[in-house]
This record gives sequence, structure tokens and C-alpha cells, in this order.
Amino acid sequence: MADLYQTQRAMRNIRRAALQRGVIGILDIGTSKIACLVLRIDGTGTFRETDGVGPMAGQVNFRVIGAASTRSRGMRRGEIETMAETERAIRTVVAAAQKVAGVRVDHVIACLSGGRPSSYGLAGEIVLESGKVGEHDVASVLAACDAPDFGRGREVLHAQPVNFAVDNRSNLADPRDHLGNKLFCDMHVLTVDGDSIGNLVQCIRRCDLELAGIASAPYASARASLVEDEQELGAACVDFGGGGTGVSIFVKKHMIFSDHVPIGGNLITQDIAQGLRVSLPMAERLKTLNGGVEATGRDDRDMIEVGGETGDWEADRRQVSRADVIGVMRPRVEEMLEHVREVLDAAGFDWMPSQQIVLTGGGSQIPGLDGLATRILGPNVRCGRPLRIDGLAHQLTDPSFSSAVGLALFAAHPQDEWWDFEMPADRYPARSLRRAYRWFKNNW
Amino acid sequence: MPVVIDHRPGKQITPPAARQRRDPAPSRLKYRLERMWLTPLYRRVLRVGLPAFAIAMIAGLWLSDEDRRAALSDNVTSVVTKVQSRDEFQVRIMTIEGATPVVDRALRAMLPVDLPASSFDIDLAALRLQVLQLDAVESIDLRIKPGGILSAVVKEREPAILWRHARGIDMLDAGGHRVASLTSREVRSDLPLITGEGADLATTEAMALFDAAGPILPRVRGLVRRGERRWDLVLDHGQRILLPETGAVIALEAAIAMDRAEDMLGRDIDIVDLRDPTRPVLRLGIDARNTIRTARGLPLLGPDGSVLPDQDTTEG
Repeated sequence: MADLYQTQRAMRNIRRAALQRGVIGILDIGTSKIACLVLRIDGTGTFRETDGVGPMAGQVNFRVIGAASTRSRGMRRGEIETMAETERAIRTVVAAAQKVAGVRVDHVIACLSGGRPSSYGLAGEIVLESGKVGEHDVASVLAACDAPDFGRGREVLHAQPVNFAVDNRSNLADPRDHLGNKLFCDMHVLTVDGDSIGNLVQCIRRCDLELAGIASAPYASARASLVEDEQELGAACVDFGGGGTGVSIFVKKHMIFSDHVPIGGNLITQDIAQGLRVSLPMAERLKTLNGGVEATGRDDRDMIEVGGETGDWEADRRQVSRADVIGVMRPRVEEMLEHVREVLDAAGFDWMPSQQIVLTGGGSQIPGLDGLATRILGPNVRCGRPLRIDGLAHQLTDPSFSSAVGLALFAAHPQDEWWDFEMPADRYPARSLRRAYRWFKNNW
Repeated sequence: MPVVIDHRPGKQITPPAARQRRDPAPSRLKYRLERMWLTPLYRRVLRVGLPAFAIAMIAGLWLSDEDRRAALSDNVTSVVTKVQSRDEFQVRIMTIEGATPVVDRALRAMLPVDLPASSFDIDLAALRLQVLQLDAVESIDLRIKPGGILSAVVKEREPAILWRHARGIDMLDAGGHRVASLTSREVRSDLPLITGEGADLATTEAMALFDAAGPILPRVRGLVRRGERRWDLVLDHGQRILLPETGAVIALEAAIAMDRAEDMLGRDIDIVDLRDPTRPVLRLGIDARNTIRTARGLPLLGPDGSVLPDQDTTEG
């Protein structure tokens, strides 16, 4: 894991440089849309509290100065399928956002929604020789976590220490200077397919942008749409995207689990197109304007024109009722929720202290989804909108932008990751000057 | 759809070609240029530096030719003269108030340009300084009034005293400044007369002395400055009052009081010496002294003060 450590450290240094320069770009590359926010970071937090956007979640020290979103191209199931197309889409959205902001964006933070994420909970323990937890002991216990074999071509996206324990005192957020004999830690590691990350990096590099950080999309949207209490007490965030549905579980303000269900809004559109024999754009229109999951008697009489260009008069003048659309959509939505249920069961969500579920992402705007989700997922379900941040236009505050907003919060206030701590001295290459320096610093 | 469809070759209505959807993505070149444009340095260079350089370059190239520079300066000067010689700026008349005819003539001669002239050609400040060189002019107010009138309000110096010195007679004003020269005393017999080196530097005191001399003024011939420090008041019949260096007026008043009380100046007294105010000294005239000497039986004195040989012995 040493080379991972180095690349993540390099990325973190780039992010620090970007924060110093004050301008950083947020790139949310989804399957159906791609959004770019340009943030002006102000380290001293002099941006004033504007209407409704308070300093609650630490979003005061940045402000959105440019935002743009466009249709995504060349993406499938949260992964890049056609590099050139995706590159064009990134160019489009970055150019538009730069134009609004009036500044040039050099560093971007991107998120990855697909890539078959899998999360691991790791545990490590060390014996404290000095009887007290020092800075380097934290790094040592993180390094002492026994990593399983992640598989070939897997890359670690997040490695966050979730919990520390000294002897029998657990639930420590910061174990430094605690007295004890043994230090334990729990770490959550999220790995994704290395090739999909490589493709993303390549695409961004071809747009003359530098990557200053990568986050997982479910993690980012949970940061934006879970309120602080939910993050503290435990909640699951379900992000209904175009190409897939991301699930992340938070407790004690740390992500402890994340998974991805490869059924998304695009599949619903495809079902409508096949079931009602309409074109894909028409199906998308039917889904967004007339979609729903609960049919009522009135929906039978609510006839919708589905025009066509076939030249066949009969086919072009067809009408479908709203109940038909709902009848096509509902089984697929139910299937999606069932899969989410399975993921939550696998994660042991039922044993969490609080079982709040927050639906977000573009798919959560289906009318009646929360009612259906209550039946399948559990009683505590709400539809979440992203946190309000300063300067974001109103049309960009709907749930489909929660991962972009979450990435902005991630850029301004990143949580501790494993690579934020100093590497223990024995991991440095032998005969390194830094190793000697580190040894002196730790022992004197 | 038209009602009648024309099927002749070349007349068929071709369906409009399906509109090619333009790729909304900027090309890589355009993207890079846009990003370069958003770089502050490029932006500044292109928006400020380049136009400034172009303007300087064009101006420099155009001005590098001698003929063009000459033409440009000619144009500028012609425009300037055209504006300056407009009718609105012309000065036609000069009016002079409060000046005697002599000064009036001198003023008109001093005007550097012939009227009518442009007001831009008349330097009022320089003209004023030049006019103030004239001794007769105390102050002058020069201005150009609307309607093309150069107005000069002159205040002349008032002659207050005459000063006779080695080179002639000058009229001085109350401050001691020369006003004009005179050829003879009789021209201004109304003015008091002072003489002596440095007398013009103490005209104020002299005027005060003349004022104080009120009752004996008809007998006063003038004041003589002695050694550039004190005055002698000269009366007719060769009488003199020697005044001290300081407090001359008080001393003179004391002398006048003595004159009033005892008709001092009506007696045969040559000099009243008041140089030491505590001890006035009188010098008697020659007749008075001879009278005293006769009474005492002393030989008489001649008009020059020397003792005459005894008449009795000469006669005898």
C-alpha cells in the first residue's frame, strides 16, 4: 500500500495548493448528467452568512462562483465507456462553468459513482511502548491494520479511521495523549476498480485539468444530504442516479459502509421505451413529467399523447394513460428498492442505533417514492435535498446535485484519511534521510 | 403541402435536409484558447498591453517623419492662433482711471502690443510689474473686462514733502518713496522741505515734526538731517533748533512751549540746542552778546564771533 500512500499524498498536496490559490473545481461525472461547480475558497471565512446559508456544517469558507451542468456522454453505469465522448462532455461543462466564474480552473475534485465499490472494515492494534498515545502511534496503528487481499486491479478510494480505542475505552475520535497500554483502531476502506479510476484520471488529464482528489459518489451525496444528527446517530443515504443506485451508511460522522446497485434511472427509461413502444427521449419525458409509483383511479383517465415520427398515423397518434406509465415504472422501482434492502441487510443496517434512510439523487424525485420506500426499506424514510451552500443557483439545488454539493464540502473540509497521518518511520525506504528525521522526531 | 404537385424534373420540392446537430462541446483548440484567455496574465497583456503597444507603435511610426511632425506642429499652432484671434478674445480699448495725464501717457506707452490685440498676447502680471516700476504709481489694478476693454485703475502716490539733495529736488510721498523730481522749490511751495543725507529714510518723523511745529510753522524754513541720525529745524533769521536723536517731537514741543512762555525765538538767539533734553542750551546772537559785553566793559565781537579791537583805542 506504500505506492497508494504516495499517490494519495501527492493528490492531497495538489488539493492544498489549490486551496491556497483559492479556486478549485468540482466535477461530478454521472451517468445522465455532468455538473461542474467552481468554488472560491476563502480560508479566513469572511463570506458572510447569507439568507438561510448559515455556518452550520462548515460551508461558510467557500462560495460557488460558477456552476454548469450538461448531459453526460459516453458514460454507462457510472463508468466511462467512451473516453473521447466523456472528454468532450467534461470540456463542455468546464468551459461553461469557467465562463460563468470568469476564472480559470486548474484543479478539480471528481467523484466516481461506479467501479464496483466494495467496502471493508479493518481493525488494527498495537502495543503502546511509552504508555501514551503519540502522533506516530496513530500512524502505526493505522498501518498495523491487516488488509485483506482486495483482488487484482483494485484501488483504495477511501481509507478512513472510524474509531479508536485505548485499552477498554472505545469510541474515541482523537486518541492522542491518552494513557494506556494498547491502541486499537477500526478503519473503513473502500476499494474500486482501478481501471475505471485510471480512465477518469486520463479523461480529466486530457482536459488540461489536474486531479486534486477523488471521492466516491455515495459518500459525497451523503455528506451533502444527511444532516449532522443523522450523520452522528446513524443513517443510510440512497442516491438514485442514472446508471446506478449508491448506498452509503454513516454513523458517528464517518462512512462505515458503501455499495452500489447497478439499477438506475436509465433502466426505468429503457423499460418505458420498451413497454410502451416509444422512443427513448419520449420515454425520458414520460418518466420525468408523468412518472410515479402509486396509481390512482384518476390516472386511468389521464391520457398522454405519445407522438412519433414513424409515418404510421395509427402509431403516431397513440395515447397512453398515466397508469400505464406507472405500471411500467413501479416494478422496476420496487426491484431497485429490493436491491437496496438486500445491500442494507448485508451491511447489518438493522442493528444500527438509528435507522434513518435518506433518499437523494435525481431518481428520488419520482412522486410517491418515499411512500414505496417506507414499505420496503423501513419506517424512517425522507427525501433529502443537498445542503444549501453559498452562491449556488436555485436550479442547481435539487436532489440530483447532492453529490456535487457533497464534493464541495469534501473539498473544503476533508475528513481524515489514512494518508493524512505521517507514515510510520519503518515504512520509509531504508537509508532515507526522512526516515532518520522521523526517528529523531519520534524519539527525542 | 401545395395543392398541385409539380413532378417536372428539377421542380420537385426536396425535403429540407435534417438539421445537423452541432456538437455542443468546444473543440480542444477552442477550449485551450478559452482557458488561456481566462489566465490573468494573458488577459492583461491582450487587453491593455497590446492596444497600448499598437497605439504607441503607430504614433511612433507616423511621427518618425520630419515633415509630418512639422505639419502636425503647424496644425496645432494654427488652431491655437485661430482660437486666440477670435473676436471674443480681442481687446480694443484701454481705459485708465485715476491717473494724471503724464502717467496716462506713460501707461499707454508701456503696453507691449498695439490695440486691438488678442487677450492671450497681453501678459497682465508682467505688465503690472512693469507699471509698478514707475515711481509715481503706488498700485495698479489691471483687468480685461467683457467687451474687449483693458481696464487699469491706477492709484498715484501723493507728494507730501520735498527733499533737497546734491542732485536736485525730489518730491517724496509720506512713506519716503520718490514721486517725481522738481526743477525748483517754487513749483511746490506748499510742501515742506527737508535736506541732508538720508533724510528720505526718516520722512515719517519729519512729517510728525512739521505737524508739531504748528505755531512756528510760518517761520520754519525746513528740516536738515544731521549725520543721518537727528534733525535740525531751521527757522528764518538764521535760527536753528537742534533736536535730539530720540524724542525729537517732544523736544520740539518743549521748545515751542518755551517760545510761548517767554517768546524765546523772538529774542536774539542763534541756536536752541535740545540735543540733551534735560539741559537745553541757548546760543545768543551777536548783538545780544555785544550788549552784554558793552555793559561789562569788554571788547565787542565782530559778526564772525572774533573779538574786535577796541574802538576807543583805534579811534584814539
